[in-house]
Amino acid sequence: MNIPRLGGDGVWRWLSGACVALSLLAVVALLVLVVTRGLAHFWPADIEQLTLDDGQRIAGIARGSAAGEERYFTANRDLDGQVWRWVETQAIVTRETPPALLYAERRDWGSFIGRLTAVETPAGERLQGAEAERRLRRALAGDAEVATLYVRNVEGRELKVAFAQVASIAWPNRMDVGDKLAAWGHGVWRFLSEAPSDGNTAGGVWPAIFGTLLMVMLMSLVVTPFGVLAALYLNEVARQGPLTRLVRIAVRNLAGVPSIVYGVFGLGVFVYGLGGRLDSWFFAERLPSPTFGTGGLLWASLTLALLTLPVVIVATEEGLARVPVALREGSLALGATRFETLRRVVVPMALPSMLTGVILAVARAAGEVAPLMLVGVAKLAPEIPVDGEFPYLHLDSKFMHLGYHLFDLGFASRDTEAAMPLVFATATLLVLVIVVLNLTAIILRHHLRARHRALEHS
Amino acid sequence: MSAASFSAAETQRSSAVVDFPSTSSCFDIEALSLAYEGKPALRDLTLRVPRHRVTAFIGPSGCGKSTLLRGLNRLHDLNDQVTRNGRIRLEGQDIHARDVDVAELRRRVGMVFQTPNPFPMSIYENVAYGVRLQGVKRKRELDEIVEWALQSAALWEEVKADLHASAWTLSGGQQQRLVIARTLAVRPDVLLLDEPASALDPISTLKIEELIRGLKSQLTLILVTHNMQQAARVSDYTAFLHAGELVEYAPTDTLFTNPRLRRTEDYITGRVG
Ligand SMILES: Nc1ncnc2c1ncn2[C@@H]1O[C@H](COP(=O)(O)OP(=O)(O)O)[C@@H](O)[C@H]1O
Ligand SMILES: [Mg+2]
Repeated sequence: MNIPRLGGDGVWRWLSGACVALSLLAVVALLVLVVTRGLAHFWPADIEQLTLDDGQRIAGIARGSAAGEERYFTANRDLDGQVWRWVETQAIVTRETPPALLYAERRDWGSFIGRLTAVETPAGERLQGAEAERRLRRALAGDAEVATLYVRNVEGRELKVAFAQVASIAWPNRMDVGDKLAAWGHGVWRFLSEAPSDGNTAGGVWPAIFGTLLMVMLMSLVVTPFGVLAALYLNEVARQGPLTRLVRIAVRNLAGVPSIVYGVFGLGVFVYGLGGRLDSWFFAERLPSPTFGTGGLLWASLTLALLTLPVVIVATEEGLARVPVALREGSLALGATRFETLRRVVVPMALPSMLTGVILAVARAAGEVAPLMLVGVAKLAPEIPVDGEFPYLHLDSKFMHLGYHLFDLGFASRDTEAAMPLVFATATLLVLVIVVLNLTAIILRHHLRARHRALEHS
Repeated sequence: MSAASFSAAETQRSSAVVDFPSTSSCFDIEALSLAYEGKPALRDLTLRVPRHRVTAFIGPSGCGKSTLLRGLNRLHDLNDQVTRNGRIRLEGQDIHARDVDVAELRRRVGMVFQTPNPFPMSIYENVAYGVRLQGVKRKRELDEIVEWALQSAALWEEVKADLHASAWTLSGGQQQRLVIARTLAVRPDVLLLDEPASALDPISTLKIEELIRGLKSQLTLILVTHNMQQAARVSDYTAFLHAGELVEYAPTDTLFTNPRLRRTEDYITGRVG
């Protein structure tokens, strides 16, 4: 074969090097983008008040600029009908950051930006000015009660907000870096620990984190024994021949089947087939409303277990194949049966590979969304599927999932643009979960290699 | 038995016989043929291995020494490409008989391989491994057996300070003695050694040879080696194999000083190999 050398090896070296660099750059850029945007969302940015040349007033948080225009997040959807404003830079006459401007997150209608004019206590007492703010702060800390807030946007339009509607209030223009850091930490914590609100565009993602983890855990409970036993059978029990070879090829190819196909399979076999059967046998009194005959935690876990089965089988088989024949024979020569050899020598040595396989399966499952949409993921299921009510773990219930939540926030919610920062925050979380899982797998595999090297060198 | 002499069986090519009372034979191999995927590796082999002696199998690489040795504890059972004809008797009993427990046979016929193969466990656990399989659970008893086995394998003094160190931290020679200790711990009747010193340095080799000589009061040893001096130093009987056939089998002194056949002489004097 004659490969044109184009000035020798140097060119190829540079070319391949450049490709590697480009790929690395793409990955790093992606991560930086997602992580910075995701984390920035919780930073209480200053609120600017602008006066335009036509006398209009706008208050908002600067979020980017393009072609001589600046973009502001102005909140107040209920007053303005929109939350974003593009402003020509030339049209801006003054820019201020008045300390009185507050940023409130509400459980409906999104956030609000404006000033506090008064508060009303449950007793009907109305407080104004500085006294109102003092009372509100105490109420936020839980030391006093407030029933209603009266607020005004920068154009002077009044709004009445029930205190119960308020998720958080901050006066970012008055905060120093320490305050902001504390508020940022608090925001991150709320994101991680609270249920979503306001049509998923506000609040946290706790049910989605929990749902993802629970589903993945159930999945590994299923896939581990099945995968490991299948690999043990293929590698240690079955007669090695054309048939085992065929099965092996089939298993490896199964890993390449598009995941949505597994979703369809799960829907047909688990949900309609198995679930329908279960319903007619055990939950007939509830029909026609389905119990197991609809998507749910159990079916989603089973579907993903099926999807990740090849990963576990392949990894386990590799681990088994790497146990030296000399050690197997050494054990047999001491009077161990094949089963004893398997249990005491082979399986312990292949254990790290099995674990690696399971972790890779978990990482794959944690990021998989498409099949779940068919077999049980929900847009909103703020109740987590574990509670104090028998049977405690509700396998038939729908659940939330980080990956699907991401999709829903970004592309199916009421105001996808306002939800963008949350999309990035959720993506950061998802990436983090998967990175941690993969790192664990890499470290385990490294230990395995080290052990085998130790054997070879001795 | 000391009067064992080479009785000529001139007419039978591969059934040279070493003469000792049949009551003192450990293995009795009769017309054994063995093939891998139809390719013969042993051809019509007949020989008797005396009890409580060291018998060496010598011969050029690929002549079937390992194949023969692995036939004696039925390690070939694992490979279903292997076909066998003929009979092997251990203490008079056919090892391929239906009622033979293969695991028990392998316990009785221990094997040490060319490359040391300690398990990825501590020194202690390596030696205790086979003993535990026999159902011994009491710590006291295990401790005693482990110490005895390590002492028998001349390794105790070197490892007693840290029995719980990984076996893989030992040197090659120590590992091989550990493997011998591990095998001795299950009290075998026979010890098969497949070139046990070929991967070791001269000093470790000497230690292993010394060990082999010392062990024959306890059990029967069969040593495969490609090292003629080694065979001459440690064995009582030597069988010379070539291309899957038994060429000559005689007391070691006789075979090395006065071989009956030209082929044997050529091999031991290094003219072919
Ligand atoms: N597992 C096996 N499969 C196929 N052929 C084998 C196998 N083991 C050994 N052989 C063949 O059998 C013959 C004898 O081998 P072996 O007993 O290992 O010889 P030695 O130990 O005397 O060097 C050789 O030709 C070898 O290639
Ligand atoms: Mg060999």
